[in-house]
Amino acid sequence: MADISSNFLGIKSPNPFWLASAPPTDKKINVLRAFEAGWGGVVWKTLGSQVKNVSSRYSALNFGSKKMMGFNNIELISDRPLDLNLREIAECLKLFPDRAMIVSLMADNDRNSWHELIKKVEDTGAHGLELNFGCPHGMTERGMGAAVGQDPVIARMVVEWVMEAAHIPVITKLTPNVHSPVPTGKACVEAGTNALSLINTIQSVTGIDLDTLVPNPYVAGKSVFGGYCGPAVKPIALKMLTTIAQDPTTSKVPISGIGGVSTWKDAVEFMLLGASNVQVCTAAMNHGFRIIEDMCEGLNNWMDDKGFKTLNDFIGKSVEKITHWEDLDINYHHIAKINQDKCIHCGLCYIACEDASHQSINLAYGKPYNNYTIKEDECVGCNLCQLVCPVHECITMEVHRVAPEYLNWIDFQKKGLPLNDH
Amino acid sequence: MGITSNRLSQEQYAENFSDIHPPFETTDAALVEANRCLFCYDAPCMKSCPTGIDVPKFIKQIATENIKGSAHTIFVSNIMGAGCSKVCPVEKLCEGACVYNFMEEEPIAIAKLQRYSTEKAMVANWQLFKRKESTGKKVAIVGAGPAGLSCAHVLSREGIDVTIYEKETKGGGLMTYGIAAYKVTPQFCEDEVNYILGIGGIEIKYNQELGKNISLADLQKDFDAVYLGMGVGLARQLEIPGEELEGVEDAIKFIYNIRDKGFENVAVGEKVAVIGMGMTAIDAATQAKRLGAKEVTMLYRRTQEEMPCTQHELDIAMLDGCKIVWLASPKEIKGSDGKVNELVCSIMNLDEPDASGRRSPVDTGETFSLAVDMVIKAAGQMPFEDLVNALKIQHSKGKINIKDSATNISGVFAGGDCVNGGKEVVDAVQAGKDGAASIIKYLSLA
Repeated sequence: MADISSNFLGIKSPNPFWLASAPPTDKKINVLRAFEAGWGGVVWKTLGSQVKNVSSRYSALNFGSKKMMGFNNIELISDRPLDLNLREIAECLKLFPDRAMIVSLMADNDRNSWHELIKKVEDTGAHGLELNFGCPHGMTERGMGAAVGQDPVIARMVVEWVMEAAHIPVITKLTPNVHSPVPTGKACVEAGTNALSLINTIQSVTGIDLDTLVPNPYVAGKSVFGGYCGPAVKPIALKMLTTIAQDPTTSKVPISGIGGVSTWKDAVEFMLLGASNVQVCTAAMNHGFRIIEDMCEGLNNWMDDKGFKTLNDFIGKSVEKITHWEDLDINYHHIAKINQDKCIHCGLCYIACEDASHQSINLAYGKPYNNYTIKEDECVGCNLCQLVCPVHECITMEVHRVAPEYLNWIDFQKKGLPLNDH
Repeated sequence: MGITSNRLSQEQYAENFSDIHPPFETTDAALVEANRCLFCYDAPCMKSCPTGIDVPKFIKQIATENIKGSAHTIFVSNIMGAGCSKVCPVEKLCEGACVYNFMEEEPIAIAKLQRYSTEKAMVANWQLFKRKESTGKKVAIVGAGPAGLSCAHVLSREGIDVTIYEKETKGGGLMTYGIAAYKVTPQFCEDEVNYILGIGGIEIKYNQELGKNISLADLQKDFDAVYLGMGVGLARQLEIPGEELEGVEDAIKFIYNIRDKGFENVAVGEKVAVIGMGMTAIDAATQAKRLGAKEVTMLYRRTQEEMPCTQHELDIAMLDGCKIVWLASPKEIKGSDGKVNELVCSIMNLDEPDASGRRSPVDTGETFSLAVDMVIKAAGQMPFEDLVNALKIQHSKGKINIKDSATNISGVFAGGDCVNGGKEVVDAVQAGKDGAASIIKYLSLA
């Protein structure tokens, strides 16, 4: 059995799965249920200014029969009294001392407010703080949340205030509503944050009710931009995570990965791209806390299969595999192959290639079943046919290197090799 | 023993004849199924539909909640798409070709989805086609069955005025009169005919039989073209001793009576033999059982390999408790007091395959007999040979010869069962479309 226990900035948890700051972590009853279910830790829903929420609050993007591919919220930070939250945090800590308890913070935009809030939270015995520089709605209008995270100068200033007061580890949570999270991330690391977490939610409009013509979520005939999360944002989160993991400054601190983590596989991907642990919200909001069971078991089995004994054995292993386009090997070439024994004759590969790629699939008419084969000379190896094929391993990509040696674009140009061969 | 009506209570009839392929209970259920569809390109299901319905498109339209569009996609290829969703042997057509079969997955419930869209269209009476301005052309159609109605609808869309002459009192043809009541109800058949007529420009004159109340010469004189879609009608006789006994009945008439008279008014024996193994034989056997017959035995002179019905249909009969006897050919029907009490059958053997690959049954000389009080003959139907002879229309054993739907008589077209000798409803619908296309060309409108 692999050891899946996690140590993030000295904060220990039995597994690397924390619940992100969100509705599932906003009160004792949820958090205790989460700990009972087996979650390694929680980031308590953001404490700070007093707020008032609206109804409704959530909306989603469905895809085919799959509901909540993407999830969107316009809820604000915790609307419960601060004292009640603090008391419950202390109680949860007492009942589950082996779990990580991080508290998310978003104070009013002045040094004193931050200092006072940090003092109160540290008194609960919490293990760490997460600064919410990411919330994209409601708080930004008051100069908080993403308004801080979008401006490296302001972010640096706030982190400096925090570090003056904090005695426990500080994680700064970054917003994706920027062209790159790196400038703010750098500013925060330079200002002393102990770790970074990303991504927060992405500003979005999930859809419109085609009867009322009002976008959702609906609030008395109006809507606002919400924060988008769930499986749909994972690729964006992984990309932003990679930029943080590759930057010489931001990569110096541990990273907590967030954004559409729903399964152990997602978690492994975040960790391979540099996250020391992951935070989960939408998947728990969709299915409840019970998803933690397979996350732990799946991770454990995968680590055993791969021979990894601890999380550190694989964290960051894929970071260097994402390179610059110019460094890709142009001599690498692969060609699709359709396994005729597995083909179900649906024609999806054919029409995708014919209409949208390189017309590299041959159609031999049959009634009712056409046969499809690859025109090897035409295939550019784009993967589209394999991606649309509904049958597992029916279409495989076979390597046909152009030449054995590595050749990148720079050298390719130097050698004056022919262009436009496809 | 004996043939009697009114064997069951109304509740039992209602249960026995309830819809065998119930619709989706909820929109969610239809959406889940619609979303399972892979949306194949040049889809095998579409190529296996005689009317070429763009199945992936109409299913995708259910998934996008464009139900009107979905119904239009179905009806543009098959105006009887609603009825076909209930009576088509989809297991050998669209669903049988579904690529999921290769994945050892249940095929998409195409018929059920087709019913979902077309039923909504019929209930809401969405008229999805608009007639073109009248061309002043007039076409007469003989027979308001699937071929005639389909032909009429295409012609009407093109601005041609259509008059249909129908010998029965209701339209729909075999859909109305020749199919088991647990597949389609008389009310549905009537609604479907009315829905088709909703486009306008089509008039049906009932109780008008060709060669009896109307003549081809008059139709040729009064109309710019004539389409013959009168189907087949005469049950093939067994030509064995005892066929005249009381208790020997044609399957078509038996099924017709169930549709026409009400369950309690149709007499059925206690021990029934059904001769044949086609779809009509199945419909007769299962309904005899459902009317309260104690024992129903189906007899076929070949084996399961050669049976004309689908496995799905055979399964219905077997689940209903019908007994199946292969390699049995009726030899003699015996009776007393003029009433059937015994069926003697020859035991057959299959010959080596002939040039066409089909194996012929050969009498072994041995026999067996069954104690029965009713014999239902479902050995196929015969075309109206005398009628077409009298009309001087070229034919092969009564089946009208056509070339691009045209008969040997200029301006007279034909299609459906009267041409092919008896196929599925969906084949007749396609024949009607083909006929309409030829007529439109003939009238120089295309």
